[in-house]
Amino acid sequence: MTLTQLRQQFLSGETTPSQALESLASDLPNRDKEIQSIVSYDTKSALEQAASADLSRPLGGLPIAIKDNINTLGQPCTCGSSFLEKNYVSPYDATVIKKLREAGAIPFSRTNMDEFAMGSATENSALQLTRNPCDLGRIAGGSSGGSAAAVAAGIAHAALGSDTGGSIRQPASHCGIVGLKPTYGRVSRYGLVAFASSLDQIGPLTRTVDDAALILQTIAGYDPKDTTSLDAPVPDYSATINDGVEGLKIGIPKEYFSDGIHPGVRENVEQCLKKLEAQGATLVPISLPHTEYVVATYYVIAPAEASSNLSRFDGIRYGNRAKNPADIIDLYHQSREQGFGPEVKRRIILGTYVLSSGYYDAFYTRAQKVRKLITRDFTRAFESVDAIISPVAPTPARKIGACADDPLQDYLSDVFTIAANLSGIPAISVPCGTTAFDGAENLPVGIQILAPHLGEQMMLRVAKAAEQA
Amino acid sequence: MSHEHIDVSYVAKLARLDLTPEEIETFQPQLNAILGHVESLSSVELPDDLDLDDHDTLAIMRGDAPQPSLNPEAVLENAPDQAQSQIRVPKVVADA
Repeated sequence: MTLTQLRQQFLSGETTPSQALESLASDLPNRDKEIQSIVSYDTKSALEQAASADLSRPLGGLPIAIKDNINTLGQPCTCGSSFLEKNYVSPYDATVIKKLREAGAIPFSRTNMDEFAMGSATENSALQLTRNPCDLGRIAGGSSGGSAAAVAAGIAHAALGSDTGGSIRQPASHCGIVGLKPTYGRVSRYGLVAFASSLDQIGPLTRTVDDAALILQTIAGYDPKDTTSLDAPVPDYSATINDGVEGLKIGIPKEYFSDGIHPGVRENVEQCLKKLEAQGATLVPISLPHTEYVVATYYVIAPAEASSNLSRFDGIRYGNRAKNPADIIDLYHQSREQGFGPEVKRRIILGTYVLSSGYYDAFYTRAQKVRKLITRDFTRAFESVDAIISPVAPTPARKIGACADDPLQDYLSDVFTIAANLSGIPAISVPCGTTAFDGAENLPVGIQILAPHLGEQMMLRVAKAAEQA
Repeated sequence: MSHEHIDVSYVAKLARLDLTPEEIETFQPQLNAILGHVESLSSVELPDDLDLDDHDTLAIMRGDAPQPSLNPEAVLENAPDQAQSQIRVPKVVADA
């Protein structure tokens, strides 16, 4: 059931927030037994909120699952890490949680994720392995794999995730649901445990484009607690969402339809494009010439920022602290060695290296310059088109464990989603069909719609048309 | 932009990480492969007019005025070791 349908049931009196929540909570253990999308949930607290739900508010009484890197007062926030697994309780609400509560929503259940959001498969969680509801032998995608799997399996009606290089859109695509990454600065990052601060954005994972718009409407807006928050008015996303694509120009970047794409992905995306064309959109071939450098650029900038952000996990103020260290320096070393998993260590080392004296200009400064060129590609493209469409990922969901010893291979699979983070533009993943892949018959395929800076209205309009195509 | 001499053990120490010998052995080829890919950036032609001082995206700081902060008791509850409303840490100064 979608959020919008559940809301209608509340308003008609068919069910109540308490009944809906009780049903969700009682079904959760059984539904999530194999999928393992939820790492914790607090039914008592949620039922208390449901009992006093105000249905006149836009999200009155609606339960929403939260990725486990978004602070929610009184709840654990493990970030999928041993470092925070046993000994951290959030002392405050992130701004998005505060906004959800003000709109009447009930944060319920914490979703699994790659440790500190580093990964594309949710295989890097120290807590549990989340499986794809469409095929339990496959990854749910990542890093918001728990959120995507929970929504796809009906364990949650909607969820929040975070997206640093595709971590909302790619799992949404792999699980056959909608995932939206807003413009950088559109949604406050206050209370999101930072991975790469110039790239991170919080966004919704939902069953429909309408639901994604509904949540974005609530969580978007200026926040003085986030210094990168944009002080720009939030338009009414539902007002134009059904306007269709007639007369719109849709850019088709040749670099995103290269030989590396699985034929089933290409076919589904192209079918959707044909339908949009039939609805009156004009497809315009474009070029984003620096696409081949997006992964390299990202894997300098994101680890650099991560190595800095994760220096706060030192065993002093919260989280894991080593027992019986020789001295304070030994405490830092041991606490971090014990608390972090391999992918986090790999990225901290990579980030420390590219920021170190003698390598800073060659790696970090150069990557920042290339990032500018990637952003410029999009700015120029949007001078002649209203939106850009591409696949979300080169292939459908791979088998669990297929990239265990080869992290670079997994990094390269993010090639279509990373550019939106590097350039700060909004992007959304919408299901566009299924295909056979690597022994499976019907795996979901997603189409990605990218829009100009703060162009969420246009993006949602095209997304709704693509959803109905 | 050569990565041939990356010393994983040394960089890990800079990052305050103690790696096991097995981790160093695993990470070394993986990091070499990743840095090998990153080296493609050196072939990008950079135009002269690239300005990294992007004033429109600079973080805007709030005024330097007191604001409500988190509840100190709730914050201290997360500390691995605390005493007298403060976080306790191992001794950080040497004996005289």
